[in-house]
Amino acid sequence: MERTKLDLWVGMFVVAGIAALVMLAMKVGNLGTYNVSETYQVHAYFSNIGGLKPKASIRSAGVLVGRVTEISLDTERYEANVVMSLDKRYQFPKDTFANILTSGLLGEQYIGLVPGGDAEMLKNGEVVKQTQSAMVLEDLIGKFMYSKAAEATK
Amino acid sequence: MSSNALVEIRDLNFTYDKRPVLQGINMTFPRGRLVAIMGLSGCGKTTLLRHIGGALKPTKGCVRMDGQVMHELDPAGLYAMRRKMGMLFQFGALFTDMSVYDNVAFQMREHTDLPEDIIHDLVMMKLHAVGLRGAQNMMPSELSGGMARRVALARTVALDPMLIMYDEPFAGLDPISLTVIGDLIRRLNDALGATSIIVTHDIQESLKIVDYVYFMAGGVIVAEGTPDELRASDKDFVHQFVHGEMDGPVPFHYPGVDFRQDLNLRA
Amino acid sequence: MAVISTIRAIGSRVVNAVWRIGVASRFFFLTLIYSGNSFRRFHLIIKELFSTGVMSLIIIIVAGLFVGMVLGLQGYETLKRYGSESALGVMVALGLVRELGPVMAALLFASRAGSAMTAEIGLMKATEQISAMEMMAVNPIARIVAPRFWAGVISMPLLAALFSAVGIFGGYLVGVVQIGVDEGSFWSQMQAAVDFREDIMNGVIKSLVFGTVVTVIALFEGFDAPPTAEGVSGATTRTVVTSSLAILMLDFVLTAIMFRGA
Repeated sequence: MERTKLDLWVGMFVVAGIAALVMLAMKVGNLGTYNVSETYQVHAYFSNIGGLKPKASIRSAGVLVGRVTEISLDTERYEANVVMSLDKRYQFPKDTFANILTSGLLGEQYIGLVPGGDAEMLKNGEVVKQTQSAMVLEDLIGKFMYSKAAEATK
Repeated sequence: MSSNALVEIRDLNFTYDKRPVLQGINMTFPRGRLVAIMGLSGCGKTTLLRHIGGALKPTKGCVRMDGQVMHELDPAGLYAMRRKMGMLFQFGALFTDMSVYDNVAFQMREHTDLPEDIIHDLVMMKLHAVGLRGAQNMMPSELSGGMARRVALARTVALDPMLIMYDEPFAGLDPISLTVIGDLIRRLNDALGATSIIVTHDIQESLKIVDYVYFMAGGVIVAEGTPDELRASDKDFVHQFVHGEMDGPVPFHYPGVDFRQDLNLRA
Repeated sequence: MAVISTIRAIGSRVVNAVWRIGVASRFFFLTLIYSGNSFRRFHLIIKELFSTGVMSLIIIIVAGLFVGMVLGLQGYETLKRYGSESALGVMVALGLVRELGPVMAALLFASRAGSAMTAEIGLMKATEQISAMEMMAVNPIARIVAPRFWAGVISMPLLAALFSAVGIFGGYLVGVVQIGVDEGSFWSQMQAAVDFREDIMNGVIKSLVFGTVVTVIALFEGFDAPPTAEGVSGATTRTVVTSSLAILMLDFVLTAIMFRGA
């Protein structure tokens, strides 16, 4: 009868729409790669985070291992407190080094983790002590100009 | 008489945009009878019908149906009352997105929990009564004007209403369809034991079938009586109307300035 | 004197517009109140899903594909200047998921399904079908308006998701298959940059809002149309114009709320 044919079409439409949503979530978005795995949190203090934003990626040897979840200013130290969620599958030594890097010349900023040699691993809530701040283009230019000026006065 | 009346209209006045449409209407529709309300186009017939259906609120007076005042009912009471009424609209007003079958089944599905096979039997009975059982799968756009009117009639009586209202049921029909519809209106009324109100200006067809006639003009009742009384009436207006004469109390010319003036003629 | 009459005309137009917004809001409210019946008899919604959703599929898919292909082409030309062709996937995906998917799908929906809804209901009114329904003690808002409203609200996010998905595929076709951007970086950068909650869910919320607004406008215009041929055609035009403007304005507001500072 007519109604079953109509039901079929509507069913196909709904299935296609939901499939498109799932495809967007899994293949296009990050739901498939990151949110499903369990995470643990570590902190790091940076004297300058440059243009780092929440949700920025955290990479080690180029592999995505987590994301920045929170950024705030610690008013005791006047440094930026960055909370990072790392994938439970990846454990890092206590003396891991955290750098704020830029992908490409003008790309977005991310945190690169360089593991040290410590036998103990970072646990949930611990602090990454060794950090390197973002390179701020204006500072770099400033330094360059200053050294040029110093050279010229010699 | 009064206790036997299904619908009573008492001193009904209705003003729209400061223009009086109905003035002091008194009518009585006894149970089981077929009553016609006649008059020229724009004399307030349809407005009157909408008052009986409870779609308009009178400025003064009331419409009493089955002992209850229509405009004092709350929405639930009004809807309960309307379930006892059926109305045939001027051009049928069939639901264009449904088949003939679904149109007739519409109220049964909306208002009852009847299983689909019983609905099927009821729809077949209604369609058979109007002679269109064979057209059950057609869409309204495929029907001729007369057929659409008959389907609408079947839909109107789908839930066996106690009051059936017809708004210009004869408008735009060929002579055969006209006779068929007129005959159906009479037979359905008697078979269902219903009361019918026909609003029409088709005098010849309706005089054949109705029991009583009200004549309206300019928002007031100008004449009333049985068909025989009206045929014999010597009132100017009724005479002009019944015999379809061109000039009379209702002039051919719409009121305007002097003809010579419009032609820019100097007298 | 001309100035005064102009001001008076503008004033009465504004008052009239506010009036209509009030009536439309009440209409929307009534639709929500009388929605129960549509869910108890879900086949009513399914029937409308066919005429709103399924019938809009072709235009949505074709338009989505071409918009995605154009994005791929234009994005590549622009990104090449900065040496970041690998970000093409990000650009196409973010552009579609956040903006173009919901907005374009809603605009197409307004002109395809919205105008049809207005015309259908306007004609139902003109041919006294709505009055007939009222005389049958059936509430036309519950029986005619509510199922169409929910069908619109349900189909809009699905159509927008389809638009985005097909568009990303179009961008992929042009960027990867035709121009030769690296396939791996196309997808992986996209996945790294597009956030499920932040981007995709916000896109879905946008399209839900658009779906609601477009269907309410379309249904209201139909219900409010003068029962004549000019009345219905005027109402159909107004549906497309009003809902297109509403989509674009709301899109700005929603974008400002959702993506500000993120």
